[in-house]
Amino acid sequence: MSSGPTPGSSLRRLLALTRKETWQILRDPSAIAIGVVLPLLMLILFGYGLSFDIRNLPVAVVVEQASDETTSAEAALRLSRYFVVHPTRTMADAQRRLAAHEVNAILRFPPDFARDLARGEATLQLVVNASEANTARMAAAYVRGAISTWQARDAHDGHPAPEIPNVTLEQRLWFNEANRSQWFLVPGVIVLVMTLIGALLTSLVIAREWERGTFEALFATPVRRGEILLSKIIPYFAMGMLGLALSVVGSQVLFGVPLRGSLWLLVLVSSLYLLVALGIGLVISTKTRSQFLANQITFLVTFLPATMLSGFIFDIRSMPVALQFITQVFPARYFVSSLQTLFLVGDVWALVLPDAAVLAAMAAVLMGIAYRSTHKRIA
Amino acid sequence: MSPPAEAPPDAPRPVHVKAARKVFRPAGRDPVVAVDGVSFSAPRSTLTALVGPDGGGKTTLLRMMAGLVAPDGGSIRILGFDVAADPQPVHERIGYMPQKFGLYEDLTVGQNMALYADLHGVDRDARATVFPRLLKMTDLGPFTGRLAGALSGGMKQKLGLACTLVRSPELLLLDEPTVGVDPLSRRELWAIVRQLVGESGLTVVVSTSYLDEAAFCDHTVALHQGRVLAEGTPAEITARAAGRVFVATSGPATPARQLQAHLFQQPGVVDAVPEAGQVRVVVEQPGLPPRADDALVVACTPTAPRYEDGFMVLFRAAVGDAPAASIDLTRRPDGPAELPVVEVSDLVRRFGDFVAVNHVSFAVRRGEIFGLLGPNGAGKSTTFRMLCGLIPASGGTLRVAGADLRNARAEARQRLGYVAQKFSLYGDLSVHENLDFFASAYGLRGKAKRARIAWAKAQFELEAVARVPSGQLPGGYKQRLAMAAALLHEPGILFLDEATSGADPLARRAFWGRITHLAEQGVTVIVTTHFMEEAEYCDRIIIMDGGSALAMGPPAEIRAQARSGDGHEPTMEDAFIAIVEAARQVAREAAA
Repeated sequence: MSSGPTPGSSLRRLLALTRKETWQILRDPSAIAIGVVLPLLMLILFGYGLSFDIRNLPVAVVVEQASDETTSAEAALRLSRYFVVHPTRTMADAQRRLAAHEVNAILRFPPDFARDLARGEATLQLVVNASEANTARMAAAYVRGAISTWQARDAHDGHPAPEIPNVTLEQRLWFNEANRSQWFLVPGVIVLVMTLIGALLTSLVIAREWERGTFEALFATPVRRGEILLSKIIPYFAMGMLGLALSVVGSQVLFGVPLRGSLWLLVLVSSLYLLVALGIGLVISTKTRSQFLANQITFLVTFLPATMLSGFIFDIRSMPVALQFITQVFPARYFVSSLQTLFLVGDVWALVLPDAAVLAAMAAVLMGIAYRSTHKRIA
Repeated sequence: MSPPAEAPPDAPRPVHVKAARKVFRPAGRDPVVAVDGVSFSAPRSTLTALVGPDGGGKTTLLRMMAGLVAPDGGSIRILGFDVAADPQPVHERIGYMPQKFGLYEDLTVGQNMALYADLHGVDRDARATVFPRLLKMTDLGPFTGRLAGALSGGMKQKLGLACTLVRSPELLLLDEPTVGVDPLSRRELWAIVRQLVGESGLTVVVSTSYLDEAAFCDHTVALHQGRVLAEGTPAEITARAAGRVFVATSGPATPARQLQAHLFQQPGVVDAVPEAGQVRVVVEQPGLPPRADDALVVACTPTAPRYEDGFMVLFRAAVGDAPAASIDLTRRPDGPAELPVVEVSDLVRRFGDFVAVNHVSFAVRRGEIFGLLGPNGAGKSTTFRMLCGLIPASGGTLRVAGADLRNARAEARQRLGYVAQKFSLYGDLSVHENLDFFASAYGLRGKAKRARIAWAKAQFELEAVARVPSGQLPGGYKQRLAMAAALLHEPGILFLDEATSGADPLARRAFWGRITHLAEQGVTVIVTTHFMEEAEYCDRIIIMDGGSALAMGPPAEIRAQARSGDGHEPTMEDAFIAIVEAARQVAREAAA
């Protein structure tokens, strides 16, 4: 540090800048909206609004020749809370109802079902409305599940099994035994909240200083570039942690999502991701200097991948290989994987540690770039 | 005044700039040489001004001095430090106020000052003595709890200054501190700065595009297009025009601006501006009055030069011939003269609780040049936008070219041309494409359209740049293009909002020359301007402050209101300040 006439202390300048930043956040309704209202809103939206679960799915059941077996199988469906059974006389009738969206699937028991079943080679026809691919896949899986449950029970009673392919349930059911997508979506909300607060807000506030010309005055003071960067990181880090707290408490209170891992590990991994997000925001805004550009770029490189390519909504393992490879570039992927482990499984070090290490490395690199590309110069 | 060849680290001169150069290289465009080998030095405890029109390189030069822009060549030593190599020690010793003041608008006055005090390491004890002094000096004491964004332009400027003075800097750099600020606040600011130099021995470097402000300074550096025109005391610069300045009086039938337009085009004339109903002329040859049409000039007497005159002598020597400033309409607006074409009565515009325009009334006759004068926030632009039908009025009536703007907005718009404050043509389109688009927008097509575009290119000398994207044009061309586009549909009324800001003195005079010609041919012109001296070109002006009309009449009458007993002829700015102060005094008394 070169000694000026009144150099003052670095800590004091940092405190002053951090205080300034905090005042600005408190006076900026949009910052409050993104930091506090948004986490709650997303929690509610993803918790109640967006659900991948099947409940009360209308199914048309066509029994072309009634028998004890068909009645027992139909009863198995009827008793399941996943389906609402609509007995339908003919296949043509059922097809009309499917086309009219009155039902989502048709389960047809052919005329020789009882006889074939006795011979051990019975077939069932399942027709699913696939215009909504996700629901269709779910519906098919659920119907298969219900039939194989019935069949297992029936076989247990000494009856031979019909020819229905084996049902494999998705792996997430292992840890989501209540089979509620909220348990798996809500941790994902944390990723979005951290991304928005970390990357989007920071990129905007720095670009705003460029646009309003306040950096010009700030740069001509004894302040150091490290102090400027830290003063941008500290308040938004605190805000990100507040968003984390809101999301965790909200997920427990509203949806009873279990937190099976330890809280301190959750905080640690979240901090690392938040630093990565802050780093991205800082790098983008030091390069663009315009709020509009910073907003667009941040959205493209952080928010969209965090939603689409992180495994938060779409399972990475079911993506094409090339895309799976690309997801490795985006930090959100590592955070989502850690979050799902920590919330639903527990402190599985072998899973969390590599993710945390990648996030820490990314944070270090991004902060380094941000520091190097910040100069007390405007041209 | 050349600086010593070798400047020791503790050089007596705090600012040493030698052959400084800065080239900006925007992607996909030609490089712009912003500062082209500038050398000057500023003596200690003096007020030095960088003077010149916009685009002269003043801001870039100040930013290089503040270590915010890296020079491409030359050396800049500030307080003995090489600021390009090591800006930090300079940042620890200087105060710098950028053009936008550098205030955090969502922080209060007190919080802004506290922030800068912390950044400059001013401790609590020192603050207890410094803050009250600064607040007293800037009259901001009652407003410490107010958000900086809610201050007026003049108050922001003073707060910006206070923030740079929280600790006594060894050098104060101010970038155009008075631009866009009302004349009252300008005077107050200069008084404060002069006091700082006189009492505290502070060294100040300030940039300004108001040539008259150079007279407040000890030392001036006249800049144009990145080069130094001259360096010296105001008296030295003024002396360049010694014996060359005359005041010409026209006959009673000739408006001063007509004589001005005539004289400005005469060979041997460096500058001509209307002033107090006469014309101030600067000539090339000392002692030789301008040659002019005897029918126009009644008398021509020598007068003492001013800084602006000296600057114009230097400027014309560097720039060369004045651009043509005539304009010939193919079809003159018809209709009886002397009839009001714009009538405004009891005009009110509210934004929520805020009254931006408060019961303003005026009428403008055909062929008249009518000026709206006032500081930023006076309500000029709001009035203008209502006249052009861009925003509706909250109350009162507006008639433009016989059409009531409440129900015949499109009809009225067809008869008026509007040149917006900011260059509002399409920067990516070429000059020709812009003209073509605006002609089509006004419903011209085929032969008529081609004829109008050809007319516009010829009248505004745009033929040579027809293919250039308009965003890359120099300032003067942009202004001409904007005016050409507004005249394509041959409107009878032309609205010009702050059309001369950012133009160099020659371009401004050419602009007014065209306006004069238009008015002579029957076009009604309504302008807003914050250059007070430009009011002299108008037939009548209205002075606005805080949304209200304070005075209206011919410039000579307005000036007469400020005439004091000492026989000194007040300038338009003197008159403006006197009128605004009197009105504010009345408001204060009414409140008390």
